[in-house]
Amino acid sequence: MTEAQSIEIRNLYKIFGGNPAAHVGAVRAGMSKADLGSKHGHILGLRDINISMPAGKIQVVMGLSGSGKSTLIRHINRLIEPTSGQVLVNGQDVLRMSESELRDFRRTHTAMVFQKFGLLPHRTVIDNVTFGLEVCGIGPDTARKTGLRWLDRVGLSGFEARYPKELSGGMQQRVGLARALASDAPILLMDEAYSALDPLIRTDMQTMLLDLQAELKKTIVFITHDLDEALRLGDGIVILRDGEVVQAGDSQSILLRPADDYICRFVRDVNRGRFLRVESVMEETPGDGMPIASGTVLEAAAAALTREGQDAALVMDGARRLGRLTLRQITSALSAG
Amino acid sequence: MDWLISFPQLDPDLLLSVKRAIDGSLKALTRTWGQGIEDFFHPLQVILILFERAMTGVPWPLVILALGAVAWVSTRSWRIVAVAVALLCAVGLLGLWEDAMLTISLVLTSTIFAILIGLPLGIVMNRYPRLGRVMSTVLDVMQTMPPFVYLIPVVMLLGIGRVPGFIAVVIYALPPIIRLTDLGIRLVDKEVLEAAEAYGCSPNQKLWKVQLPLALPTIMAGINQTIMMALGMVVIASMIGVQGLGLNVLQAIANQYFTQGIFNGFAIVAIAIIFDRISQAYGRRLQKHREAGHD
Ligand SMILES: Nc1ncnc2c1ncn2[C@@H]1O[C@H](COP(=O)(O)OP(=O)(O)O)[C@@H](O)[C@H]1O
Ligand SMILES: [Mg+2]
Repeated sequence: MTEAQSIEIRNLYKIFGGNPAAHVGAVRAGMSKADLGSKHGHILGLRDINISMPAGKIQVVMGLSGSGKSTLIRHINRLIEPTSGQVLVNGQDVLRMSESELRDFRRTHTAMVFQKFGLLPHRTVIDNVTFGLEVCGIGPDTARKTGLRWLDRVGLSGFEARYPKELSGGMQQRVGLARALASDAPILLMDEAYSALDPLIRTDMQTMLLDLQAELKKTIVFITHDLDEALRLGDGIVILRDGEVVQAGDSQSILLRPADDYICRFVRDVNRGRFLRVESVMEETPGDGMPIASGTVLEAAAAALTREGQDAALVMDGARRLGRLTLRQITSALSAG
Repeated sequence: MDWLISFPQLDPDLLLSVKRAIDGSLKALTRTWGQGIEDFFHPLQVILILFERAMTGVPWPLVILALGAVAWVSTRSWRIVAVAVALLCAVGLLGLWEDAMLTISLVLTSTIFAILIGLPLGIVMNRYPRLGRVMSTVLDVMQTMPPFVYLIPVVMLLGIGRVPGFIAVVIYALPPIIRLTDLGIRLVDKEVLEAAEAYGCSPNQKLWKVQLPLALPTIMAGINQTIMMALGMVVIASMIGVQGLGLNVLQAIANQYFTQGIFNGFAIVAIAIIFDRISQAYGRRLQKHREAGHD
C-alpha cells in the first residue's frame, strides 16, 4: 500500500444551481442558506469548510440529513466539483488534476463505501470485490486471489459465488468494504456506510473497522448522523450544520464542551460514561486513591471503584501520576450536558 | 356561396405543376443515381439471399431442432419449447413451411440490423442529452406514422423487391430499440454509477461494465418490441414485393380466398407468439439478478 495520506480541505464552497459562481461572493459575505434558496433559487451545499485530516486516522464527519456530509466527502475524490476552494491530498491539489490524472488518483488513492452499498447486482460477490482491480487492468487470476483474501478478512469466505441480492444488508456491506480494501487505496471514504444496518450488526461492523484500522492505518473519512458511532470511531470529529462546520475536535472536547445548542441536542442522548475518559475529567489535586490507567472510560472506572469499595482514583500514565478523580466527579460528569 | 360548400383549394394547375416538378426531379434523381444506390445496397441483397437460402434450404427437422434449442437455452422452460415447436409444426402442416421460413428469415435479419443500428444510437441518445431530445422528437414522429408510409421513400429510390422491403422494415422497427436502450441506461441506479466513477472507471468501462449490463433487461424489452414490429412490417412490405406469408395474405385479400387468408394469418400469429414468448422469457431471465435498488 502507498503510505498513508493526509487530506487538507481549504475554504471549500459548494453552491448547487444554474449559476453558482455568481453567488459565491454573496455567500462569502454571509448570505444565509435560506436567503440563497428563496431569493436566488440556489442551494447552499457547503460554506467555507476548512478541515485537516491527519494521515492514518479516522476522521468522522457528522450532521443531520441535508447538512452537506455527502457533498463534502464527494469533494475528496471529486465526484462533485467545488464552486471554490482547495482539496489537497498529501499536498497535491485534487482539483487541478486532468481527467486521466483524476482517474488514476481514484484507482490508486481512494476507495469508497456507500450507504446503499453500490454493488453491481449482475456480478457475483467475488466479481464485485475485484471490480476496482479489474478497472485498473489487473489480471483476473491475481485479482481473484486478492479478492478472496479480503473476502475472508471481512468474514465472507464461501460466499464468493453468490449474488449481492442473496445476502443480508450487513453481508452486502461487508462486500462493499472488501471491494474498497481490495483496491489497496490509502484513503477510505465511507458515506453513511453503516446507516442502513440494524444496530447490532452495525456495532459488529464498527468493531471490524476498528480492528482492520489498527492493522492497516488508512486515512478514513467516515460519515454518520449518529453521535454514538462518531464517538466510537472518530479520532477526530467534525460536526456540520447547513453546510457549515459548527464544531471540530475529538470525542472528549465535543462531549465536554459542545459548541452550541445544536450539538448539545446530539450530546444529550449519548451514554457519556462509555466515551468520556478519566483524564478528561480528572483534576490535578493531591490525595490518594486506586490507580487507574489513562484512557479508561468513566463507566469502567466507576465500576472498578465501586467493586473495590474506593471513592477516588489516581489516573496513571504507566508509572506517572496524571491526576485524581473522585466518584462524585464521575457522577457529575455523567449527568452533565 | 360555393366556397362554403367545397373547401377552397389552390389553383389545380398550380398543384399539378408542383407535383410534376417534384416527381419529375425525383425521377431524374433516381435515373442518375439509381444504379449507384442499387450497387451500394448490393451487399445487403447478398446477405438477405444467403439467409433466405439457409432458412429454406436446411432440412426441416434441423430447423425445428434449432428452434427448440434456442428456446431452451434462452428460456429454460420446457413449456415454451413445447409451444414453440408445436406452433411451427402446425404451420408446416398447413403447407406454409417455405413461406414461413422466408418471413422468419427476413424478420431475423432485419432485427439483427435494427439492433446493430439502434443500440449505438440509443447510447448516443443517452450520452448527449441535447441531441437526445432532437432524436426523441424524430422517434415520436416515426412512431405516429402509419407503416405504409415507410414504403414510399424506399420504393422511390430502389423500386420494389427484397432490399427496399428490408430497409423499410429495419427503419420501421428501429424506434423501440433506440428508446429502450436510452431508457435502460437512464434507469441504472445512481449509487452504482457513482461507485463506478469512484473506482476510476473510464467512460467506456462505465458503459460496458455497468450501464449496458444493467440496462440489458430493458434493452431486451426493446428488442422484443422491435421483433414484433419487424414481423408486422414484413407482412405489410409484401405490398412492394417481399415474399413470404404476407404475400399470400395480400393475394387472399385481392382474390377473396378466405381459407388461404385464415391459414396465413394463423401462421403469422404463430410466428409472432414464438418470437414473443422466447424473447420475453429471456428478458425475464436476465432480470433475475439485475433489478435496480437494493432494499
Ligand atoms: N445535486 C444537487 N443539486 C441540488 N442540491 C443538492 C444536490 N446534492 C445535494 N444538494 C443539497 O445540498 C444539501 C446537502 O446535501 P447532502 O450533502 O446530500 O446532505 P447529507 O449527506 O448530509 O444528508 C441538501 O440541502 C441537498 O438538498
Ligand atoms: Mg448523505
